[in-house]
Amino acid sequence: MEKHVKLKDMRTGQRGVVKDLGMEGRESLRLMEMGLLPGTQIRFVRRAPLGGPLEVEMRGFHLSLRAQEAASIRVSIR
Amino acid sequence: MALVGNPNSGKTTLFNALTGLRQKVGNYPGVTVEWKEGTFYSQHGHPVRILDLPGSYSLNARSPDEKILVEALLGRIPVLPEPTAVVCCVDASNLERNLYMATQVIELGLPTVVALNMMDVASSRGIRIDVEQLEKRLGVPVIPCEASHGKGIMEVRLALSQHPLPVPTLKMDKPHLISEAVDDLLPVLPHRESGNTLLSRGEARLMLSCDEDPGFGGPIWTRVLLWQQRFDREVPGWRSDWITARYAWIGELMHHSVKRFNPNKPTLSERADDFLLHPWIGFPVLALVMGALFYCIFTVAVPFMEALDGLIAWTGANAGALLPEGQLRSLVVDGIFGGVGGIVVFLPQILFLFFFIAMLESTGYMARAAFILDRLMNRVGLHGRSFIPLLSSYACAVPGIMATRTIESPKDRLVTILVAPFMTCSARLPVYLVMIAAMLPTGPGHALTKSLILLILYFLGTIVALVFAWIFRKTLLKGPSPTMVMELPPYRLPRWESIFHEMFDRSWMFLKRAGTIIFALSILLWFMMNYPNTENEQILPMDQSGQELVIESDAGVGKSFAGMLGHGLEPVFRPLGYDWRITMGLISSFAAREVFVSTMAIIYRVDEEESDSLVAAFRGSKREDGSQLFTPLTCTSVLVFFVFALQCISTIAVVRRETQSWRWPIFQFCYMFAFAWITAFLVYQGGQLLGFA
Repeated sequence: MEKHVKLKDMRTGQRGVVKDLGMEGRESLRLMEMGLLPGTQIRFVRRAPLGGPLEVEMRGFHLSLRAQEAASIRVSIR
Repeated sequence: MALVGNPNSGKTTLFNALTGLRQKVGNYPGVTVEWKEGTFYSQHGHPVRILDLPGSYSLNARSPDEKILVEALLGRIPVLPEPTAVVCCVDASNLERNLYMATQVIELGLPTVVALNMMDVASSRGIRIDVEQLEKRLGVPVIPCEASHGKGIMEVRLALSQHPLPVPTLKMDKPHLISEAVDDLLPVLPHRESGNTLLSRGEARLMLSCDEDPGFGGPIWTRVLLWQQRFDREVPGWRSDWITARYAWIGELMHHSVKRFNPNKPTLSERADDFLLHPWIGFPVLALVMGALFYCIFTVAVPFMEALDGLIAWTGANAGALLPEGQLRSLVVDGIFGGVGGIVVFLPQILFLFFFIAMLESTGYMARAAFILDRLMNRVGLHGRSFIPLLSSYACAVPGIMATRTIESPKDRLVTILVAPFMTCSARLPVYLVMIAAMLPTGPGHALTKSLILLILYFLGTIVALVFAWIFRKTLLKGPSPTMVMELPPYRLPRWESIFHEMFDRSWMFLKRAGTIIFALSILLWFMMNYPNTENEQILPMDQSGQELVIESDAGVGKSFAGMLGHGLEPVFRPLGYDWRITMGLISSFAAREVFVSTMAIIYRVDEEESDSLVAAFRGSKREDGSQLFTPLTCTSVLVFFVFALQCISTIAVVRRETQSWRWPIFQFCYMFAFAWITAFLVYQGGQLLGFA
């Protein structure tokens, strides 16, 4: 059973596969170059205190991105 | 030869290990903001020049750092030689993403050697890499190494000693039309000496993927832009397709050459983050770290500063004793030693600050601080990375502004530069201390009030900096706040030798930048204060009653160029409650803020070393109408002015350098001056209206 959620709504420790980034232009390219692209397996690690940025593990390293960027990224969870 | 790699791949450590030239090693993404050069000897004893280029995640030239990297790789920086080969440093424990840029570099077509660094970290995480398979697929020599332990460095050196180095022949699928565009661009590219078409094709391909001109200029770049527009029309999404294709290729490679055991076992670094980034513990830990930093700067550094101050005064006096009494001695002792000494005295603080920054960077905590603080910084439209430059500005805005280079977005960077001088730097401290002392009667009971006022002043500067950042972000430098995509590198043990090296390196840069300007200005200032020499009077003996001294001094310094300027500009500052003497102090403080104190000491002819006597002179000082000059209200007005005004030539010079134009430093000076004047005006006039004399 596959379910789609926004990256920002993921729970700590949850795993999923990126469906689409939901943004265009430079921002999406930067994310993609860092290795976050459709099909990438990710693990949601934590969010910073006070609703700050999120931390995600993927391809063996940790990446932080803001909640507003993570709001448009859709992730499929099994 | 050029050395490239991702941030945190240990590139700089590899550089140090190869060249033996100790320098910067950092763990904060983008620490190496300028290229560095070193020399190593090949197997046959030939010296080889090697450039350490800024770390980057790709070759698409999006931030100033990355642009430098691409320009240097393509040989477009006039002062640097065109690279003949590339060493690509790759983090073995983070291979997949590191290979993204590595393959871009290999595709460029320059002879390339991949240094597979941090093999120890990789194997401790259960990552097994089939180096032969990797070599076969990438088509370039791959040398496993551990730069931090000096392992494999010899092998890297040997690989680089081959002559000629093999040219890579990596071929990946490209979006449709790319090869047509490359063929079209080939004839217009400036011919390289070698006439190497393979390389020219690589260059053309790289340019097509760039967002900004990597130094080729008008006609060629226009042509590239035309092609990019055509791609946008005919192959929508070509940029992301290109990235996806590259990662797909890398995925295939990873599948065949890398095995990962126990991938789900949390690393030590992850467990440390569970604690250090904990919602409840994260902030207190950060506060503790910052508290330690401030404690070191403002308490531990003080005895060192006092000793240094004594040493400078002693040296100055001894140097003076060698010279005949008169103008030359005065120039050396008061002008040069007094002026330059004024800035050198802050060296212990600067050293402590840089030590902390280097340590936080090299351990990886700096990225966490940015992670925790991003929410707060984002509220005023800044990036978590603006935190470090702003923090550095508490010691001195010059290193702070130099540190803004790690901020990717030009707008964020500019806003940070524009507000950084609001942070209370250590040069303001002597002024604050003297003015606060003049404001309150002496006595043990006021110690607490004094520190409270000091704290308020620090707070005031910080708040106003954030408010102005918010205003600029909403008006002048409007735009969506850029993404905060940042790597959180694994924690690493601090490498002390590099930290100390880094600390001395940066402090030396500070001394050189600030010192040279201050040196010239000290001489100018001395000249302005001592000429025209109307009376040639001897230094008056110290008198206990301040008032007589004031009258005497008016005859001496008051007639000098600086005095004339003070008299001339007095009307501008009279609404703030200043007379010509304070005005003169303000003018002199543009050399450096703490010069205000020494100028006032010269005006009142008191020994600068004994601040008590200056405070006493302040207390006895009268206006022309006989009322007291340094009332608490005047003191407050002066303090407020010092909190906000940009009275620092060194800062202006460094802003000019970093923004590459005079527009921004002039704007910055004007807006800060206007704000300082208005607030001091409101304080003074408002205070009078409310009945504070």
